[in-house]
Amino acid sequence: MTLQQQNISDNNFESCIKCTICTVYCPVTAVNPDYPGPKQAGPDGERYRLKKPLYYDEALKYCLNCKRCEVACPNDVRIGDIIQSARIKYGRHRPSLRDSILADTDTVGTMASAFAPIVNFTLRLKPVKLLMDTFLGVDDHRTFPKYSSVKFETWYNKHAAAEQEKFPKKVAYFHGCYVNYNYPKLGMDFIKVFNAIGIGVSLLDKEKCCGVAKIANRCIKDATRDAEINLKAIREAVGNGMDVLLTSSTCCFTIRDEYPHVLKLENEDVRDHVSLATRALYRLVDEGKVKLVFRKDFRKRIAYHVPCHMEKLGWSIYSTTLLKMIPGLDFVRLDPHCCGIAGTYGFKKEYYNYSQAIGEPLFRQILDSNLDSVATDCETCKWQIEMSTGLPVENPISIIADALDVEATRKANNVED
Amino acid sequence: MRFDTIVIGGGLSGLVSAIECARAGQKTAVVSAGQSALHFWSGSFELLGNIDGRPVIDNPLGRLGELSEDHPYRKIGEEKLRELLGKVPGIISDAGLKCTGSLDRNHLRLTPLGFLKPAWLTLGDYVSFAADQPLPWKKVALVNIYSYLDFYPRFLEYGLKKRGVECTISNVNIPQLDTLRKSTTEMRATNMSRILTDSAVDALAAEVDKAAKGADAVIMPAILGIYSDAPVERLRNRVSVPVWFVPTTPASVPGVRCQLSLRDLFIRLGGEFLPGDTVKGGYFEKNRLRRIHTVNLGEMPLEADNFIISTGSFFGHGLIADMERIYEPVFGLDLNVTGGRTEWYRKDFYASQPYMSYGVVTDSCFRPSRKGETVENLYATGALLAGFNALKEGSGAGITLATALHAASSLT
Repeated sequence: MTLQQQNISDNNFESCIKCTICTVYCPVTAVNPDYPGPKQAGPDGERYRLKKPLYYDEALKYCLNCKRCEVACPNDVRIGDIIQSARIKYGRHRPSLRDSILADTDTVGTMASAFAPIVNFTLRLKPVKLLMDTFLGVDDHRTFPKYSSVKFETWYNKHAAAEQEKFPKKVAYFHGCYVNYNYPKLGMDFIKVFNAIGIGVSLLDKEKCCGVAKIANRCIKDATRDAEINLKAIREAVGNGMDVLLTSSTCCFTIRDEYPHVLKLENEDVRDHVSLATRALYRLVDEGKVKLVFRKDFRKRIAYHVPCHMEKLGWSIYSTTLLKMIPGLDFVRLDPHCCGIAGTYGFKKEYYNYSQAIGEPLFRQILDSNLDSVATDCETCKWQIEMSTGLPVENPISIIADALDVEATRKANNVED
Repeated sequence: MRFDTIVIGGGLSGLVSAIECARAGQKTAVVSAGQSALHFWSGSFELLGNIDGRPVIDNPLGRLGELSEDHPYRKIGEEKLRELLGKVPGIISDAGLKCTGSLDRNHLRLTPLGFLKPAWLTLGDYVSFAADQPLPWKKVALVNIYSYLDFYPRFLEYGLKKRGVECTISNVNIPQLDTLRKSTTEMRATNMSRILTDSAVDALAAEVDKAAKGADAVIMPAILGIYSDAPVERLRNRVSVPVWFVPTTPASVPGVRCQLSLRDLFIRLGGEFLPGDTVKGGYFEKNRLRRIHTVNLGEMPLEADNFIISTGSFFGHGLIADMERIYEPVFGLDLNVTGGRTEWYRKDFYASQPYMSYGVVTDSCFRPSRKGETVENLYATGALLAGFNALKEGSGAGITLATALHAASSLT
């Protein structure tokens, strides 16, 4: 090890050369002057905090954890990780009741699913929204995603599990809370596409929330407990020869990168086996192992929005290349821009206006592009864009499932009944 | 994933070669590890501004004989340089930027410290003068923003006064900028430029116009037009005398504008831009680079017929120096470094430093070598190359652009 290497901490804040480029690309700095900007909040502030925790600045709560600072950094400083770790280590306020509710997607999702029609109806009532705004601090402008009365896991066990047994090759699907409690259709689309190319889908033995919302709301003990359960299940699936695929870029990013960097949980042994559905599908097509045959009557003008964590993963090229393979799809590129919601951030009353201001240029571009729909790999980007533009937003896997000629694809891949 | 050409490095050199490849119909990708040195840009491109410490004004391309034999310009030759560099104003204009200047004669740009330096091309909103002529103004209003610390009007006043220009210095303010003062670290050019659009520009223009009373021109810090020059035009239309800009401490507003405009042009031409990813290494077969691996794409490689490496010098991490050695980190390409650490530098800070001329050695087509063997389908461009001292020669941008266009012309 050289002298220089010994002078660099784990979160490499010493590598910062103070160029301020991160701040140029920070979506929060652009709209919120109370946020000190990633350079100051991250590597600059870290020097002070190491000296005295008293120097911790509560304004770090405004960070979206979008990681755009890290994508922009010429010196590979883990600016976003420094900020998240500082919030966890030095944050003086305990998570509020509201934060705990927003963060605990599993408990809330399970309860809401049980009473889905009532919950969905109630959450859209103006008086209820006003009450939540006043007493909980959940902004009354925000539209909640609808809950599904049948959980994806329940549907899978009842209607899909047996069917999957006949496929010799299988992948494990980490569906995430959104698919399980709100939108099982995406999980069904995933199974439709992978079954059509001859690959069975199994679920993990035990799946908990990936933890992104708990990390953001500093419920670290719970996040770590869930992450350990997930890692155990992922190891088991990988041990059984399966890759673990996700349809959410944020869950994927959290398991691959936030587990080791923020929760300090080792995942190196399975990290390469955790991947996004579009990336795995692209790889199979690219290597000539499977063929996708699309319907001839599919006609849609669709723009792809790159979620921040997808930008950080660097994998949007797989989703966009797959979408461009669909003959009737008129592909529109959107400028790389944060949508502003950042998971639970945009639900909070004190951040709602910032959230909408950050996303405004994206919404304007979407509305000006004469689109049928928008594609994106992140569910919270979907809520934000649907609420703010009125256009439908779908995961690329759902668009592929819609455009796919299932029978022809099965034939092309010699899938037997 | 397969491409015709993959460019490693997303700065000025990488983007320009990628733009030319994409324009020629090639399937092209750029892998960019973080933002580039363009974020430190002055608003001017230099071609050849100094030889042996003396400024070059007329016919810089006629002076190549005075450069060392292995200088990148001499590898290309005057005629070809003229042809290649002649394309640059068109590329800049396609990207939506306006610039002035000529290959036949350098003009002078005004530096933030009040010096005049030879330059080849300068963005339309930045101060430039015809060389060997008196400055076109009698009185200039130097206008700063109240409490903005990255602009030094006294230096400019000193430089301009020496050339017979009288200066007034004033600080103006508009309430829209007050929000930035909440956090002492955020009063920066790029942050102001994100606020200074539409009506905020009108408010600023009114204040600038007041400060400009009796002056022939206004000179301001470069705090306007980070995404386009529309705010600049808007301000200029509302101030009664011509308004010019001088670069500030980084991050540079014209630099971000140039970076994003070139990136967007590349993407419009069908290119794939992979931001925030680092190439870890490549697989070679019979002196050809077959594929590269990146941090983000992991076990899924990028393949191409040809590759261009434009990773910059020490600043861009194209070259790494540790206590023992200097090396090119992506492929371990051969360098012109000689001797141990004490021979890399001279103790006189202002002397021509040997490390400034270190870089990748290439054949006459800018193909680098590994362990003495030329890599047949790899081209090195820009600051990564050996054999010149950009700082002393005032030649960085010219070499960056010429070698980028040379590589692209070899491939298209």
